[in-house]
Amino acid sequence: MSWNDFAVRLVLIVLIPLIGIFLGLLYKGFDRKITAMMQSRIGPPWRQPFRDVRKLFMKENIIPDNAVPWIFNGAPIAALVATLVALVYLPMGPFEPVMEGYGDLILVLYLLAIPAVAMAFGGLASGSPYATVGAQRELVLMMSYEFPLAIAAVTIAWKYSSFSLGVISSDPVWNNVGMMGGIGLALVLTTMIAVLPGELSKIPFDQAEAETELAGGILVEYSGRNLGIFYLAEVAKMVVVGTLMIALFFPHNISSWYSFGGPEFGGFILADVGADILFFLLKLLVIIFGAVSLIRVAFSRFQIDRASYFYWVPMTIIGLLGTFLVVLEGVI
Amino acid sequence: MRNEGKDETTYEVPIGPIHPALKEPFLIKFKIDGERIVGAEAHPGMNHRGIEFMGMHRNPYKVIPLSERICGICSIVHQHMFVTAVEHAASIEPTNRARYIRVIMSELERIHSHVLWAGVAAHEIGFDTHLHFTWMIREKVMDLLEYITGNRVNYAMWTFGGVNRDIPKKMYPKIEATLKYYEELYGKLEEIFLGDPSIRLRTIGVGVLTKEEALNLCGVGPTVRASGVRKDVRIDQPYAAYGDLDIEYQLPSLYGYKDTGDVFSKTLVRLKELVQSIDIIRQCLDQIPNEDINSEPKMAATLNKLKKADGEGIGRIEAPRGEAFHYVRLKEGKEELDCWKVRASTYNNLATYAPMFMGEQIADIPIIAACIDPCIGCMDRAEIVDVNTGKRWEYEHEELQRLSVKKTEKLLGGLKR
Repeated sequence: MSWNDFAVRLVLIVLIPLIGIFLGLLYKGFDRKITAMMQSRIGPPWRQPFRDVRKLFMKENIIPDNAVPWIFNGAPIAALVATLVALVYLPMGPFEPVMEGYGDLILVLYLLAIPAVAMAFGGLASGSPYATVGAQRELVLMMSYEFPLAIAAVTIAWKYSSFSLGVISSDPVWNNVGMMGGIGLALVLTTMIAVLPGELSKIPFDQAEAETELAGGILVEYSGRNLGIFYLAEVAKMVVVGTLMIALFFPHNISSWYSFGGPEFGGFILADVGADILFFLLKLLVIIFGAVSLIRVAFSRFQIDRASYFYWVPMTIIGLLGTFLVVLEGVI
Repeated sequence: MRNEGKDETTYEVPIGPIHPALKEPFLIKFKIDGERIVGAEAHPGMNHRGIEFMGMHRNPYKVIPLSERICGICSIVHQHMFVTAVEHAASIEPTNRARYIRVIMSELERIHSHVLWAGVAAHEIGFDTHLHFTWMIREKVMDLLEYITGNRVNYAMWTFGGVNRDIPKKMYPKIEATLKYYEELYGKLEEIFLGDPSIRLRTIGVGVLTKEEALNLCGVGPTVRASGVRKDVRIDQPYAAYGDLDIEYQLPSLYGYKDTGDVFSKTLVRLKELVQSIDIIRQCLDQIPNEDINSEPKMAATLNKLKKADGEGIGRIEAPRGEAFHYVRLKEGKEELDCWKVRASTYNNLATYAPMFMGEQIADIPIIAACIDPCIGCMDRAEIVDVNTGKRWEYEHEELQRLSVKKTEKLLGGLKR
């Protein structure tokens, strides 16, 4: 690694998490506005999440008397850091992952599990019965959706014989399968779409927070800065999960179909890069709209055992069936 | 945790006094094993405002607006009951037209209350889309109530011997338009609350109250009609103009469903009562006689009569939540009420919580708590406070029974003497 290369990466590692948080807050504002419109409400302005974060960081940070302070304070930071680290291992738009070669899909999946675990520990350490119930639910839910998620990831990786996200996103997986494999991939995609609301703790899988049941559950004792950090982790996770889905299933770029031409910089055609970035943002928007906003307004909250059953039985079966079809086609 | 060598796996989760699942201050302590409820204990008394005490220091006319403010939703119910009770005590007869107007207003409020409840129920199971939908369509009936009375919530419509405002012929088209609006939307409501798979998942088989339990615990209103109990004051003891109208007990079995008594049946009963209310209002508009709206327009004359009256009266009506009553005692020569007692439907229905909660999950607490349509503001009428020590408590069943037996014995002893 040359010094020049090192410097570029260093800058990007600082920059990308900031961009991720910004995009997350922007999309959260979009999600809230569009949800409100679908529910025939007016809704908050799109910049409300930015205001929320600003206000949360200004508020007093209360630590309950019977909490374990170092876990209670450490959990939000662990959640945010893990989410942001995952971002630099993900390909975004036309760019390869910044840390390509130093970590792959498996690392990303592990990093994605950390925020949920951190939230559960934070909940357990806050010493409130509501948070305890919420933490138990969060862990149950995590154990339920991790397997279907792993099925989706492994199926794609098997197709490329590689866990590297740079390799996977360089060529859309749909180009490499025939009819049967296509059906299999569609099934795996269904599983992935079903995992998204669970991964992001949105209705119908928001049992851990469940406002009307547990009054905020896992986050009931959190306030001020700690809650603000959790808020940032949540919005960044939305971007991470969306980007992961794009990298696995829809890494298409406009530049591969059409080139605008024009000035170049460092091997990139600027107009094409711009188009690709816009296309990437649009894809992210569609995924967040479909997997978060649309599902959020169309369902009620499941009971925890039903949610767990949903992931363990129907979704796992659909995912495994998809994998089987993809592998079968590859073998024949 | 170890407890006397036995494995203790249950823990306690308090829901309340302030909790998003409850719309008013109220406390239920749950014993939870994992996600299952193994014990529930209700602790009312957090929303006691001493309204009855205030009422006993005012003349009856001043108590009418006060009685409206017992509850935020069923303000008509409480003024209706209070006015009926006082009329009963002082032998005042309202005119027939006033009786019909009272029915129309009561049924409009029933529509309002049931649509509002449906929204709350949807919110409790995390389905906010339907909360916003039902609360949007609720605006129409509130607009109509405002059109008729001038107010959205506290209508100030009742007075002794009749009503304060007439519903003239020119208001009929707007009333009819609103009724039509709800008739057209009813199909959609039914589709949402009886057909939506994710709502059915949360309501069918949840919070079951068997017919036997419903009878034993003396539940009232839609809560027990869903279990198949034929109980409706409008039919059992008709008041106002209900005797002239064609009404039927709304049971799930009337519509080809089983009287299971779960949350689904309770939703069904409430939705069907919405249709019934529309029908009742139409009947009223057809039959309403043309006469004065008040049998004694001069307030001073009535007040004078009330001052001379001596006796007790009971106002017993079917509120949207079930049977409720007011008890009033007037004493000759005394301008204020001698005694005023309010018993709202939630007081009875609270007892039905116990069998409904048992064995269900934490996730079902909000919807079961909401399924009786609790109104704590109406219900909280008594809390015992020892003024000397500042100690507060509530009487338990055994204690009350013991006191009751003691009182009876004392009275019997008095007779012997």
